[in-house]
Amino acid sequence: MSLLEQVKFLLRITKTNDIIRRYFVVNGFDGALTMMGLIIGFIVSTPADLSVIINACLGAAIALGMSGLSSAYISESAERQHALGILEEAMISDLHESAHGEASRWVPILVALVNGLAPLVISLLILMPLWLSKAGVQLPVPPLYAAISIALFLIFLLGLFIGHIAKISWLRGGIQTLLVAVLTAGMIFLFAGH
Amino acid sequence: MVLVKRIVLDVLKPHQPNALEFSQALARVGSDYLVHLTVLEMDENTETVELVITGNAINFEDIQSTISDMGGSLHSIDEVEVQSETNNG
Repeated sequence: MSLLEQVKFLLRITKTNDIIRRYFVVNGFDGALTMMGLIIGFIVSTPADLSVIINACLGAAIALGMSGLSSAYISESAERQHALGILEEAMISDLHESAHGEASRWVPILVALVNGLAPLVISLLILMPLWLSKAGVQLPVPPLYAAISIALFLIFLLGLFIGHIAKISWLRGGIQTLLVAVLTAGMIFLFAGH
Repeated sequence: MVLVKRIVLDVLKPHQPNALEFSQALARVGSDYLVHLTVLEMDENTETVELVITGNAINFEDIQSTISDMGGSLHSIDEVEVQSETNNG
């Protein structure tokens, strides 16, 4: 069995496919909105040096990643151990060496990686224009606005993915998440703009 | 040499992997294994199944180990069919 097939098998027997998908969307959305909020905060504030903005955003991105990684690992480990205990009780045997035991060790790691990497990778993508600008690359729009555009685009893509899962119109899913982002941006401009 | 041609096993297994995946994994143990699985009883977390495995030379230890790998537990060997083979080589 290839590694990918093995991973799919472990997710299937623990029925964690949908949990991983949910974590990816929820934490990816968290990462994108947080970055967008931070950048809008910098836009409405006294102009700051690009390196200060990058460091602040990078700090938040790493914290989001670590928070996702550790919280998912701890909670999913407990859930898997609990499920394995119930199954061992029903089977009246030790299942640690079986596929179920293997799943109880590996699934929390997989879930944690998805939960931690989703916000981190999305945040890093949003920060790309800031790095490019700092490296001297000329962008067609100011870097902070370019970063916000990427954030909105990624949020829209997450919405398309949600629409695909919910089997509703893809566009409807994308517009829904985009509306949340626009509403968030509006609230930040309203409350932080003074 | 005595070859195992057919065995009937009574196995307790968790619901996952399901009957199809469970049978497929057992069939993969040999190159010509025919696996027939019947669910006899279903519980909240487990199911009792009857496995009929047919092949030219069934490796029982590998079958047993695959059952354990998938979380199953062998309760009994209900039927066996073996055949002796004279080695003329």
